[in-house]
Amino acid sequence: MSAPRRPTDPSGLERYYVLTGGRSGPGGPASSLDVATLIVSRTTPAPGMQHEHEEILRRCRDPLSVAELGAHLGLPFNILAVLLADLLEAGRVEARDPIPAHGAGRGPDLALLEEVLSGLQRL
Amino acid sequence: MDFKGFDHPGRPAAGGTRSVKVMIAGGFGTGKTTMVRSVSDIKPLTTEETLTQASADVDHLIGVADKTETTVSLDFGKIGINDELVLYLFGTPGQERFWFLWNGLFKGALGAIVLVDTRRLASSFRAIEEMERQDVPFVIALNVFPDSKHHPVEEIRDALDIPPHTPIVACDARDRASSRDVLIALIRHLKERSAIALEPR
Repeated sequence: MSAPRRPTDPSGLERYYVLTGGRSGPGGPASSLDVATLIVSRTTPAPGMQHEHEEILRRCRDPLSVAELGAHLGLPFNILAVLLADLLEAGRVEARDPIPAHGAGRGPDLALLEEVLSGLQRL
Repeated sequence: MDFKGFDHPGRPAAGGTRSVKVMIAGGFGTGKTTMVRSVSDIKPLTTEETLTQASADVDHLIGVADKTETTVSLDFGKIGINDELVLYLFGTPGQERFWFLWNGLFKGALGAIVLVDTRRLASSFRAIEEMERQDVPFVIALNVFPDSKHHPVEEIRDALDIPPHTPIVACDARDRASSRDVLIALIRHLKERSAIALEPR
């Protein structure tokens, strides 16, 4: 009979701790990440990369939102943000924040609203 | 942008794709998830955020017992506006008290739809207050349930204390065209606000 094993917790906090090396919140470029920020890979996965980093690069060949990425990978936003911070710092992904209706210092973006409106009217 | 080594067959525009976001708020059971589902191009997905009441530090991930951890879920969908623009729709968590914990949940949103169940007006009071407090432009969508009584819009405007320039529209959140029309009402409202802001003083 084998020795009793400690139950593994593949979906819980232990896993997140390992994934992020114990870091709980992103600093630097990832601190402004939004659920609607689009992530686009700039490089292909490199050998020896952390599995989750590899997976992000693979899934973001076409732009994908942080929310979709989180849903596909089964990771909460704050954990994903830590992983994305690594990739952003290494220049392996690009992050495009959602376009706000009011561009900084540019006033209301009527052209953007018009574009959204005509897209909705075609639905 | 340098995309050497990346193939985007037939989709050169994908390189420049951008996003916009719209929030769907409202009280518990007013049809937020239903609306996301009816109007989304994709099967709605759920993304989560683990919120900690205490200040975030390195230790909280290993589950230190005296910190309160709450998982808040956001249901979301998306609509392809054109080849270069995607609209993401986020249904806010039912418990409004978590909204302020999720930093920047409304930041960068074009605006919001606040769903109201006319049988339970009070359930959306908190959502309306929060939109006003965070200065998020919004429209009110009255989700008409089969047993909803008909109320004149002005009566509802009065009861919800909604300023005259904020549109109130009726909808059936289960219906794609109806939900799309609410989105259109929101964008038109945003355009009007912008046009006023652009007028020379």
